[in-house]
Amino acid sequence: MVYRPEAVNTRRGTADATVPSVARVRRRWREGPHTWTLELEPEDGELPQFAAGQFNMLTAFGIGEAAISVSGDPGSKGTLVHTVRAVGPVSTALATLQSGDYVGLRGPFGTGWPMQEAQQRDVVIVSGGLGLAPLRPAIYHLLAERQRYGRVAVLYGSRSPGDILFRRELQRWRGELDMDVKVTVDHAPDDWRGNVGVVTSFIPRTTFDPANSVALVCGPELMMAFTVSALQDAGVRDEAIYISMERNMKCAVGLCGHCQFGTTLVCRDGPVLPFDRVRDMLTIPEI
Amino acid sequence: MASQSLAKIITEQPFFVGLEPGFCDLVSGCARNVRFEDGAYLFRRGEPADEFFLVREGRVDLQIATPGRKPITFLTIGDNEIVGLSWLIPPYRWSIDAKATGRVRAIGIDARCLRGKCEADHHLGYELMKRFMSVLIERLNAARLQALDVYGVPA
Repeated sequence: MVYRPEAVNTRRGTADATVPSVARVRRRWREGPHTWTLELEPEDGELPQFAAGQFNMLTAFGIGEAAISVSGDPGSKGTLVHTVRAVGPVSTALATLQSGDYVGLRGPFGTGWPMQEAQQRDVVIVSGGLGLAPLRPAIYHLLAERQRYGRVAVLYGSRSPGDILFRRELQRWRGELDMDVKVTVDHAPDDWRGNVGVVTSFIPRTTFDPANSVALVCGPELMMAFTVSALQDAGVRDEAIYISMERNMKCAVGLCGHCQFGTTLVCRDGPVLPFDRVRDMLTIPEI
Repeated sequence: MASQSLAKIITEQPFFVGLEPGFCDLVSGCARNVRFEDGAYLFRRGEPADEFFLVREGRVDLQIATPGRKPITFLTIGDNEIVGLSWLIPPYRWSIDAKATGRVRAIGIDARCLRGKCEADHHLGYELMKRFMSVLIERLNAARLQALDVYGVPA
């Protein structure tokens, strides 16, 4: 389908959050198997500011719309960065957009990571797979405001060495002298010299004050469940653990109910939620 | 003297925390200090499980080798962690390879010696079994998570 920009509302700042504006793909680069990062620039006007952890609804014209977390630096202006894994028709269409292509944009939506509440406390970031993408803005923020936080640990689990997301940045962050970065993979060939095992195994091996920490967790739901257990074992309180939930977002403004998760609407009340708010619902398979 | 210092080292290991001093002495009586250079195997699949290890410093890759393919590493063992569980149950044979990545300093514990002491004193056996069960369950849960391939692209 050929997109005609004049057929779409391109006004920014529209009061109707259900109407997309138009952005263009400025750059696109591969992060790993099936995974691409898109840097977007506005067709006209300015792009909205976002908080670390929020998401946008991106439209692949003629295909559909999907909720994609912002993966770029909240401190940078002029562009928006999203990392997309091609798993369905919409995300595949988004991931294959080329430089100069148009994309529909609504947002940002949802709650962000509790960066304010985490100040003066240790911050433990636990991510798995593509879950590092919504956490990357929080890491950028921590680096920019490093003096406001205690110890910072970034624990990342990936499927294999070839699937590691943001590899160069992980290497750079590991070089920071005041940040503990640990990377593990689920399985590896013989020539991999790094760690193999689940990301939760890092938690007992990481130095932080559990009584004065905030944990930010994002990844597949099962991985998050194991991570929360390990954090609890380490002494972190439930209310200091934040997880980013993923559900089928449609309207993104709390109207349609597609993303209902028990008593919460993930698009409106999340995606970042304190664990103590969803603790009881996570164990109910029907939800 | 060597056994005394080993007993002290063993007492201070998180794995043995809370174990009665007398039991620590019994364990250290079966223990020795060992060192492995990079690439050396602590044990290989099929060999008798007659010595297991407590890593003091270094990294050990647990691997499964498949004929015609390069070995796959499925778990890295680090400081203060146990290498080898198959010594606990018959037929007392290793089912995996354990390979040092970099230099590894460890305590090697003679499995036959310790099994004998556990048989003679079931209280010691139960105390040790509780500790090893904890490691087993932790690794079983990890293996489940890995087997589910949660980071993979959904089919």
